[in-house]
This record gives sequence, structure tokens and C-alpha cells, in this order.
Amino acid sequence: MSDARIEGYARALFEIARAEGTIDEVEDELFRFARSYESSDALRNALTDDLIPAGKRLAIVEDLLGGKATATTTQLVSMVVGSGRGRDLPAIVDKLVERAAHSKQLEVAEVRSAVPLSADQQDRLKAALANATGKAVNLKVVVDPSVLGGIVATVGDAVIDGSVRTRVDQLKSRL
Amino acid sequence: MSITATVIIGAEEHDPARSISWLWPEAAELIYGTIASLLIFGLLWKFAGPAVKSAMAARTERIQRELDASATAKTEADAEAAEIRRAAGDIDSERRRLFADADAQAETVLADGRARLEAEVAELRARADADIAAAGGRVNDELRTEIARLSSAAIDQVLRGGIIDDTAHQDLIEGFISKVGAS
Repeated sequence: MSDARIEGYARALFEIARAEGTIDEVEDELFRFARSYESSDALRNALTDDLIPAGKRLAIVEDLLGGKATATTTQLVSMVVGSGRGRDLPAIVDKLVERAAHSKQLEVAEVRSAVPLSADQQDRLKAALANATGKAVNLKVVVDPSVLGGIVATVGDAVIDGSVRTRVDQLKSRL
Repeated sequence: MSITATVIIGAEEHDPARSISWLWPEAAELIYGTIASLLIFGLLWKFAGPAVKSAMAARTERIQRELDASATAKTEADAEAAEIRRAAGDIDSERRRLFADADAQAETVLADGRARLEAEVAELRARADADIAAAGGRVNDELRTEIARLSSAAIDQVLRGGIIDDTAHQDLIEGFISKVGAS
């Protein structure tokens, strides 16, 4: 999909969520769903396989999000998947998150950790990243076991990598 | 009577001491003999003389021809001998030249062969050195790859074993926050 179309979808989702007054929750739920979508081949295949009828794909979305996320989030995901744009869901969500952050003069900081971060850790990390980048950040934590340990933080184009995976990769590369 | 006795008797009957001369015949016999001799000489001179003369001239001419031919033959032989000697000299010089050429060619061939052999030996040695170096490099690469593979497998094995416990996770997270906050 072209960037313009992704941008269009992101803007539409953002406006809907903002009109519903649930932008923060929706944005957060969509972000986590997008990361799950990226990390799960089965989910990705199920939502992008054109041979699977649209109704069944929507049923899968309903099964996954129904009761666990806000109705707005479920409807927005269903809208994207139902229109055959499932492949672009992560990009659309990233744009939406970025747009939401910019609307609050924030920079999205995507943090990947092997284990969940406590609220205190998230607050301190947010402050540390704001201090390091000079920008107020909207922290998005993704639990990613492939990180192995430590944290990888991405703020805009800057990547601060303190993961065990990277150190292991560097060690392997040196070997 | 024997023959000997007869001769002795005959000799006694003709005793030279009783003749006019023991050397000269009788005058008449001498005259007739002389005339006859002259006659015979004259006839010979007249009839046989020209023939003898022409025979002698022919003989002289033949001898002269033979002498001339001999002289010519000698001259030709001398010339031929000189030619042969010259040819022999030429042959000698030609042989020396051929030998010199052969020696020079042999030396050239030998030098070329030696140079070619030296070049081939150098090339073979360089190729062998390169092969050895390549083999060494290959072995090193293979060894390095194998070590890296084993190390990587060992690292993965260790990581699969859950070497990073919760405390370690928290330490890593806190370390990251502190490091970023301090930067």
C-alpha cells in the first residue's frame, strides 16, 4: 500500500478514536495488537489470506479482541482487516500512534524488553529517554522474548540498544 | 770321328794366321759387300726413309701431343688439386663454422632450456606456495567458521537454558535506565 493510503487509514482511525474520546486506550490497544500481529505468523496468515472469507477473518478479530479491548479498537481492526488491508495493519497503527503522540507534542518511544516493565520502571525509563533525547515521549512497551534480556528503545530514528540479543549477536559476529 | 774332332780339324784347316787378315774379308767380298750394303741402305733410304721419317714425325707429334696433353693434364690436375685444396680449406672452414654454429645453437638451446626450466620451477614453486597459503587460509577459515559455529551453538544452548533469571533481567533493565538517564 502506498504511504498516502496508509497515512489516510491512520488519520481516519485516529479521528474516529478521538471522536469516541478513547484515543489513549485505543492507541495503546492497537499498538499492542499490531506487535502481536507482527510476531505471530499464524495470526498474520489468518488475517491476510485472501482464501479465507472476510467474515471468518472478522470473526477471528472478534475472538481475539472481543471483551479484551475497547469496542472502538475491535471495530477499527475489523474495518482494516475487512477492507483487505490486514498486511498494512502494523504500518497503519504505527502512523496512528505517531499521530496521536504528535497531537500531544510527544515522541513515540518503542521499548522492547524480554520481560514486562513495572509502572515505576516505565516512568523512570520515560524520564530517562526524555532526558536523553530532549523530547517528551509516549512510551510503548513491547514484551519481546527475542530480546533475551535488557531493553531496546527506539525514539524516532534513534535506537538505544542495551539488549542481550545484540551483545550476543556482536559476540557471535566477533567470533 | 766325333764332332769335336771334326771341328778341330776344320779349325786347323782354316787357320787365321794363314789368311790375309783375320779381321777383313777378302777384297772382292769386301767390295761386293759394301756395294750391296750401300744398295740396301739406298733402297732403304729411298723407300723406307719417308715412311720411317713420317713415322718418326708422327711419333714425335704423338709424343708432343702426349707431352702437351700431359702438360694440360698436369695443369688441370694442379688446378684441380688447388681446387680440391681450396675446397678442403673451404670444407674445413665450413666445418669449423658449422661446429661453431652448432655450439652456439646448443648453447642457446641450453640457455633457453635452463631459463625455461628455472622459470617453470619458479612458477611451480610460487604456485605451490600459493596453494599452501590458500590451503592454510582455507583451513584457518574453516577452523574459524567451525569455532564460531560451535561458539554460537554454545551461546544459544546456554541462553536456551535460561541463564538470565528474573534478577538478571531486572538488573539489565535498571542498568539500561540508569545509563540512558545519565547520558
